[in-house]
Amino acid sequence: MFKGGLKIEAFKEMSEDEEIETFPSPGKVAIALSQHTGLPSKPLVQKGDKVSAGQVIGEPAGFISSYVHSSISGKVGAIENRNLPNGKNSLCVIIEKEEGVEASSENRARKDWQAMSPGEIVEAVRKAGIAGMGGAAFPTFVKLMVPEGKKAGCVLLNGCECEPFLTADYRVLKEKTFEVIEGLQVICKALSVSKAYIGIESNKKDLVKPIQKHFKNLKIPVDMEVRVLPEKYPQGSEKHLIKSVTGKEVPSLGLPIDIGCVVFNVQTVSSIQQAVCEGVPLTERVLTVTGLVKTPKNLKVKIGTPISDILGYCGGSLTGASKLIIGGPMMGINIPSADMPVIKSTTGILLLPVDTVSTKEIQPCIRCGRCVNVCPMGLVPSEISRYAERQRWEECKSLDIADCIECGCCSYICPARRPMVDLLKWAKAELRKTE
Amino acid sequence: MNEIRWAPHIRCRESTAGIMYGVIIALLPAMMGSIYYFGPQALKVISVCIASCLLSEVVSKAVFRRKLRIYDGSAVLTGLLLAFVLPPAIPLWIAALGGFIAIFLVKELFGGIGFNIFNPALTARAVLVTSFPVQMTRFTVPLSYKIDGITSATPLAILKDKLNMEMPSLMEMFLGNRGGCIGETSALLLLLGAIFLLSKRIITWHIPFAFILTVALLSAVFGQNPLFHVLAGGLILGAFFMATDYVTSPLTNKGKIIFGTCCGILTFLIRYKGGFPEGVAYSIIFMNMFVPLIDRYTMPRKFGLSRKKRAG
Repeated sequence: MFKGGLKIEAFKEMSEDEEIETFPSPGKVAIALSQHTGLPSKPLVQKGDKVSAGQVIGEPAGFISSYVHSSISGKVGAIENRNLPNGKNSLCVIIEKEEGVEASSENRARKDWQAMSPGEIVEAVRKAGIAGMGGAAFPTFVKLMVPEGKKAGCVLLNGCECEPFLTADYRVLKEKTFEVIEGLQVICKALSVSKAYIGIESNKKDLVKPIQKHFKNLKIPVDMEVRVLPEKYPQGSEKHLIKSVTGKEVPSLGLPIDIGCVVFNVQTVSSIQQAVCEGVPLTERVLTVTGLVKTPKNLKVKIGTPISDILGYCGGSLTGASKLIIGGPMMGINIPSADMPVIKSTTGILLLPVDTVSTKEIQPCIRCGRCVNVCPMGLVPSEISRYAERQRWEECKSLDIADCIECGCCSYICPARRPMVDLLKWAKAELRKTE
Repeated sequence: MNEIRWAPHIRCRESTAGIMYGVIIALLPAMMGSIYYFGPQALKVISVCIASCLLSEVVSKAVFRRKLRIYDGSAVLTGLLLAFVLPPAIPLWIAALGGFIAIFLVKELFGGIGFNIFNPALTARAVLVTSFPVQMTRFTVPLSYKIDGITSATPLAILKDKLNMEMPSLMEMFLGNRGGCIGETSALLLLLGAIFLLSKRIITWHIPFAFILTVALLSAVFGQNPLFHVLAGGLILGAFFMATDYVTSPLTNKGKIIFGTCCGILTFLIRYKGGFPEGVAYSIIFMNMFVPLIDRYTMPRKFGLSRKKRAG
C-alpha cells in the first residue's frame, strides 16, 4: 500500500449499472491528428476524398507518434484546426457521413495471435493507432518494446479507475472480460512475460470471480492474479498501482520498466485485443457520461464524435450544471464548450454544479500539514507552492517538484483553498522551459 | 457552461474558518467551567480579551494594508486562548493589552496568519508576566467570588515554594477546583474538548501525547507524582490547544513527536529546576523557534527515493 492519498466519495452508483450502449454513428466526426503524446500525425487524405470506416487517414510523423483512422465512412469535408478536450489545439480531419461508402475490411479476419512473433504483435498494435486510453495517450506500441538493458518481469492491468464518477473501465471489464483477458495474454506474449496482475479497487469486487473464471482457459502459460486494492485515490496512478501490487517503488524520475513492470489501462488492453486478434483499428472507445446529466450512461462512441451530440443523446444537462469536465473530477479538464470531438483518451464527460466550496478567495497557508500527509509522492506541497508563488523555481526544483504526479490531492484537502497543484504545475512548466 | 476552473473540481469542505471554530467549540466546556469556578470576573476577562483581539486585528489590517479576514475566527480563538492563560483576578486593562500584544506584535508584525513564529496567546502571556509580575501571579480561590476574592496559589506554586497551604486533591485538580489561570484548571472539561478535536481530526495525537507522556515519565523518574504533574498547571491546555497550533508546530507527524517530547522535557525542567513554578508556556514558545529546523530534518520520505539518496 502506498502512503498518502485520499478517501473520497466515489459517486459511481450513478452509472455503474448502466450497460455499455452503442452511440449511433454520428453525421460528422472531427478526427484529431494530435490526440496522442508525441508528434502529430501526417494527414494522408485531402478535402473531398472518400474515406471508409477503419481507413488510415494519418500516419506517424516520427517514432513517438501514431496512426489515425477514420471512425465513419464518408467524405472529407475539411482539414482544419480545432480545440481538443485535452487542452491542445490540433489539426483535425472532418469527415461527413455519406451512404454508399463501404467500411474498410482490410485485415478484418480473426488472427491466430499465438503464432505471431512479439515483433508482429507490436507492429499490429502500432498500425491500429493505439494510444494509452486511461488519459495519458502515450503510443502503446512503444511500451511493448522493452528498451535495451531492461527486462519486463510482469504486466499490470490497471482496473482501478480511481477517479470518482467514472465507470467505463468497470463496464468494459464486466462485459468484455474475455476480450480483456485475451488482450492481456497478447501483451504477455509480446513482452515475453509470464506474470500478470489485474489490479482493481475494492468497490469493483464483484468482478473478481468472473475474471478468475477465464484464467482456466488461457492460451499461453501466464500466471494471472487479481488483486483487490483499497479504495484510495490515486490508486490508479501507475506508480502507486505498482507499489500496491508488487511492493516496489518506481525510482524517482524513472519509468515502471526500470523495475520490470509495464502497466496498461483496461481499454488499451481491449483495443490491443481488437487490433491483434480481430484486425480492428482503434476507432471507438467506451466513456462515461455522468453527473448532472439527465440519463447517465456508459457509451461506446466513435472517435471524433462531437461531445455536444453525446450530451444531447443523454438527455442534456440538468439545471444547476455549470462545469463541463472531460475526465474525472480530480484530474479532468474543464472545457469551455461542448463543441469538441471525443479523442482516444477521453475517459468521461462529467457535468458538475457550481463549486459548493468557493475557491475564489485564496487564503494564506496555515501550515496544517494536510497536504503533506496526503501527497502520495512524499512531497511537501505547502512549501513548494509558497516558493512557486514567489516564482522561485530553483527552490521548487530542489524540493523535487519533478516527481509531482499532479493528482490534485493537495488542492483537494487544503482548508485555505490554495490552488496548490496549479502552482506546482506552473513551476514544473517554468522549469521545463529552462531545461 | 460559463465557469472555467482548474482541477480538482471537487474539494473537501474543511476550511480555515471551520478549523478555527472547531477549536473554539472544543474550548467551550472549559470556558463554561471557568465561569462556574471564577464567576463573572472570568467572563469579563474572556470578553475583554476577545474584543481586544478583534479590535487589534482590524487596526493591524488597516496598518499593514492586508485583507481583513475577521470571519475566519482566528482572532476570536486567540482571544479565548489568551484569556485562558490569564489569572482570574487580572485587571481588565492588562487583559486588553495582552490581546493587542498577541495580535499586533506576535501575529501581524510577522506577516499575519500563517507567518507568525510564536504562539500569539502564549507569547502575549509571557510578555505580561515579565511586565506585570504581581498581577499575573495573583490567583483566587475557585468558587470564592461569592465571598469576594480570597487569594490562593496554584498547586505548582505550593509545591515549588513549599507554601504552607492545603494542596488540592487529585480529584479536585481533575475537576478544576483549584487555583490557576482561567481556562487551565479543569482537566476534565479540557479533555472533553480534546476528544472533540481528535475525533474531528483537527489535531492529531502526536504532539499532546508526546508532551504529556514525557512530563509524566520524567516526574516518575525524578520521584514526583506523575498524575499531579499532568493535572497541575497548564499542561493539558498547553498540550492539546497551544502546542498543536498549526502555524507554530512542525508539519510532519515525526516532527510533531519530536516537538512534543522536547516541550515535555523543557516543561519538567522548568518546573523541577527553573525559577518559575510552571513551564508549559515557556517550553512551547522556546520550541516554536525550533520548528523550521525540525521540519527540515523530518521531511517525508519521497516516493521512489531512499532517504540516503535524498541527503546526497
